[in-house]
Amino acid sequence: MTVAETKDKIIPRPSLRKKIEDLSGQQISACFQCEKCTNGCPVTFAMDVVPHRLMHMLQLGLLGEAIRSDTIWVCASCETCTTRCPNDIDIAHVMDTLRQLARKEGIKTAQKNAPIFHSAFLSSLRRHGRVHETEMAVVYTLRSGGLGGLRRQAGTGMAMFKRGKIKLLPPRVKAGRQVKNIFKKVKR
Amino acid sequence: MEVSYYPGCSIEGVAREYGESVEAVARMLGIDLKELKDWTCCGAASAHATDDMLALALPARNLETADKTGLDLVTPCAACYSRLKHADKALRAGEKIEGVSDGYRGDFSIKHLVDFIWEELGEKAILEKLKKPLRDLKAVCYYGCLITRPPRVTDAGNPDNPESMDNILQTLGAEVKNWSYKTDCCGADHALTMPEVAWKLVQKLFDMAGEAGADAIVVACPLCHSNLDTHQEEVSAQAGKRYQIPIFYFTELMGLAFGDSGAEKWFGRHFVDPRPLLRQKGLL
Repeated sequence: MTVAETKDKIIPRPSLRKKIEDLSGQQISACFQCEKCTNGCPVTFAMDVVPHRLMHMLQLGLLGEAIRSDTIWVCASCETCTTRCPNDIDIAHVMDTLRQLARKEGIKTAQKNAPIFHSAFLSSLRRHGRVHETEMAVVYTLRSGGLGGLRRQAGTGMAMFKRGKIKLLPPRVKAGRQVKNIFKKVKR
Repeated sequence: MEVSYYPGCSIEGVAREYGESVEAVARMLGIDLKELKDWTCCGAASAHATDDMLALALPARNLETADKTGLDLVTPCAACYSRLKHADKALRAGEKIEGVSDGYRGDFSIKHLVDFIWEELGEKAILEKLKKPLRDLKAVCYYGCLITRPPRVTDAGNPDNPESMDNILQTLGAEVKNWSYKTDCCGADHALTMPEVAWKLVQKLFDMAGEAGADAIVVACPLCHSNLDTHQEEVSAQAGKRYQIPIFYFTELMGLAFGDSGAEKWFGRHFVDPRPLLRQKGLL
């Protein structure tokens, strides 16, 4: 859904604009809709709300709609928008803030793979201090695609194994406890 | 020349040939890579998508170790580089980061390896080691997103047109083609989560490299290499045309041009075997 396509009359919610501005540390109200972010974005073709329109939604306080958009997961964090914004809005960081908010509020999204990936990645990192790619990939594939998914990836896995790119044992790092402490402190 | 070395998690897995060639090239150039003691993961994209403090604390733990040595810190991975720089900027701005004690001096620089080699060693050091010029090898240099963006974090002078890798390859004698896609996105972890989106971005890079007249693409990031090299069959299937483009790490080509005997082994780890192209050019 885009703001232009909304049938209902939009009543701006300044308090929600303020909320996302405070959480992200970005002055979203500075956006004057020049569309540089959208024009430079490599993945607009897969987005339901293009970046400058997402900024407009946030200015109007449509925060609930923003965290339910595909866009926040389609964004590849390439930082082109952030680099080019003439008003110095760190748009890629706003995307992060929206993802964090969606996670905290337990939003169910059609783009379910990205949250599963991040969770598999961070679990492996938390467990070993470094990411054990093999474990991360297996856990991610199982959770996102089930056993069928794992079977579909088996060929690539074998090809990588033959090329010496698969490490079977997880890394051993002495500083593992410090990493676990960091996770504990940020309350994940 | 001693530097702190932060390899990153991929070097132990999918980017094994990158790590092997980095070590070989460093040895030949007289760079003493001191692997950062007990280094831990930078958190990559998953940390910043999940929690702001986690995204700073994970790389900052490593910066604190580097701070004690005082040696310049070098990493071959674009994502690690980005996260380390983010944390460094925050620490320099006086931000309090979980797990980091006060008194961060930051008396060292953080550089991506490709910039380090060109800026700190440069043409003369490379020419001194050059045994087998990469004549006739037509290539484009692909930097991806995070070596240069955002410049507020990376300190990149020209975020749309970086040149260190181009300069290195030119010095090695390769025919480096100019193109406008040096810093376009490869799709990053979408290769796993939204492959159809990632393959579309990769296809664009392949088409544009072809249009520029390149036989190969040279990269400086494990994820860029994985997305471009590993999945050419899937990209081809989605695009409806066949791609078979060798993708090199820049350090592999340095090793080859320096006459390192390990080069064949590195190339054997690729999905698209680059050896036929190299034989055709008389480089193997």
